[in-house]
Amino acid sequence: MLLERISNLAELVEPDRVHRQVYTDADIFRLEMERIHERVWIYCGHESQVPKAGDYCAVQIGRQPMLMVRGNDRQVRVLYNRCPHRGNMMCGDRQGNTGDFFRCSYHAWTFHHDGKLKNIPMMESGYDGTRLTRDNPDCNMKSAARVESYRGFVFASLADDGPSLTEFLGPSKIAFDDMCDRAPMGEVEIVPNCFRVIQNSNWKIFLENQLDALHPSVTHQSTGRAALDVENEIKKETGHAPLSYHMLSAFASVTIEKWDDFQTLNYPNGHCILTGYMGLRPQDPDTLAYEQSLVDAYGEKRKDEILSTNIHHVLIYPGLSVQSPLQQLRAVRPLGVDKTLTEIWHFRLKGAPEPIYRRALAYYNLVNSPATLVNADDLENFWKIHQGLSSDGGDWVNFQRHYGRDVENNGVVQTGPGMGTSEAPMRNQMKAWAKYMKSGNEAH
Amino acid sequence: MPTENSMTKESPPIGIGKESASPVRTELSVKSSAITDDVRTQHAVAQFLYRQSELLDAKLWQHYIDLFADDGHYWMPAMPEQTTGEGVPSIFYEDKNLMRVRMKRVLHPDAWSQRPLWGTSHVVSNVVVESIDAESGDVTVRSRFHMLELRRDNTRHFAGSYLHHLTQIADGYLIRLQRVDMVNAQAPYDYVLQVWV
Repeated sequence: MLLERISNLAELVEPDRVHRQVYTDADIFRLEMERIHERVWIYCGHESQVPKAGDYCAVQIGRQPMLMVRGNDRQVRVLYNRCPHRGNMMCGDRQGNTGDFFRCSYHAWTFHHDGKLKNIPMMESGYDGTRLTRDNPDCNMKSAARVESYRGFVFASLADDGPSLTEFLGPSKIAFDDMCDRAPMGEVEIVPNCFRVIQNSNWKIFLENQLDALHPSVTHQSTGRAALDVENEIKKETGHAPLSYHMLSAFASVTIEKWDDFQTLNYPNGHCILTGYMGLRPQDPDTLAYEQSLVDAYGEKRKDEILSTNIHHVLIYPGLSVQSPLQQLRAVRPLGVDKTLTEIWHFRLKGAPEPIYRRALAYYNLVNSPATLVNADDLENFWKIHQGLSSDGGDWVNFQRHYGRDVENNGVVQTGPGMGTSEAPMRNQMKAWAKYMKSGNEAH
Repeated sequence: MPTENSMTKESPPIGIGKESASPVRTELSVKSSAITDDVRTQHAVAQFLYRQSELLDAKLWQHYIDLFADDGHYWMPAMPEQTTGEGVPSIFYEDKNLMRVRMKRVLHPDAWSQRPLWGTSHVVSNVVVESIDAESGDVTVRSRFHMLELRRDNTRHFAGSYLHHLTQIADGYLIRLQRVDMVNAQAPYDYVLQVWV
């Protein structure tokens, strides 16, 4: 019935515009969950979130409540958070330690960390002669079809087939390489805190905003001006202001015209990169000490390579926005057609001096906490966008900025010189969306 | 800069985690008699807290910031077990300069999310003077708050506890540290917090 009503999804997505239904139709949302989020690789968490055997974190993949769990064998697995007996969720907390095994709170069925049945109370007398037998896989907690991790970042796919994680990520894996390479020890560890903020808007609206280089100086003008005022006062008084002020005042000092000087790189599968604009290579003593720690670990030449990686955001479609130079990421969990949860995490560069962690932490607190000085106005826009798209005032979302002027090389679409505000990232995301939705159609 | 939370494990907050009536009553009566030794302090501190919350509801941001000492901090921990705002995730951890950024942002005509009608009402109560420094007159005081916020057509309800480290000045107090532990700090935020709670 659903497929009859939206018989031709392809007609909703044109190369330079998208029909508003794609954002507001609850049936399309259900189809997206089935064909995109519950098929492609979705970020579950970082291995350091579950350091000990039995540690688990709850994670939502599409509509599926899942558990990321560390086994006695040290392996990290992703299981459906469901008891195979009567369907009770195995873990009701967001995170914890399940001990040597999972135990259902309803009838005490127990399971090993890999989901395999351990025991059922009075199993022999209760099930003798029935079709429930210990070797029946229906007695196990079901596993995600595929789980892989890249540099400690764990992803799961609920589809048996499809590209491997590294194939799926393609060049966007630079998000994790850039983040980890910036650590003298070559890896990061979780800062054990998750900021959770709900957006009253469709999940794609957030993703499209992440690489939208035209919006910062408009949306975030108020914060940029306020931070610039205070930054200048502090400079006048003490000679220099903390870098966190610069991170905020860039919204005012980088004026709307200057955003065309930056660039987006758009990759297959909807992934994209926005190049950096904040100029985060100051020469204060803390930075120099940090640079020396990288020289000690990697040598001068490699240190320069690592620090010259010029990234602001990497967007890994359809559910992750990574800010590798500041070691934070936002995972997108669609809750409904007009409701989206973002889970925001920060990571510590292993082996880097404390002040470098503190500097990134300031950004995490000021920009990404629930008292954010920045995202507040984005969220206001997201809600207004969703409201506007729900109206009959027009059918199309326009992605025509610098359309036809992108430079394509080997499947990578680069915005042309002086066209950083191109809407290429949105076009690229919708291209991937259309591909997934169509291929899902064929598969069914 | 004071960063220690006086509500440590050694001295649990009164009335929390204890259900049986008599031990609690005993504990309260002991504490109460200690507190009534300085009714004037209790009165002055309570008045200070009430007035502080009124400044939020009246949106008198600069007056609110003026209540903080020059090295004062407003802190809302990300997690209740945190004992310092230094080097840990915080929902707010602001000195007076950052507070001024927040104020200036809120007052800017293009702070889009501030345009819709919004307002708050705070109720502060359960004011307990935790300690008084006999020499300086500095006070540590705990209290509880409820705050209702209207934003556009929606109301939100926040509640929790304040911990104030107050330093005495000629005509009252200044805040060296205000710690805000919201009961619902850990819940997902439907929209965000724009100003101090």
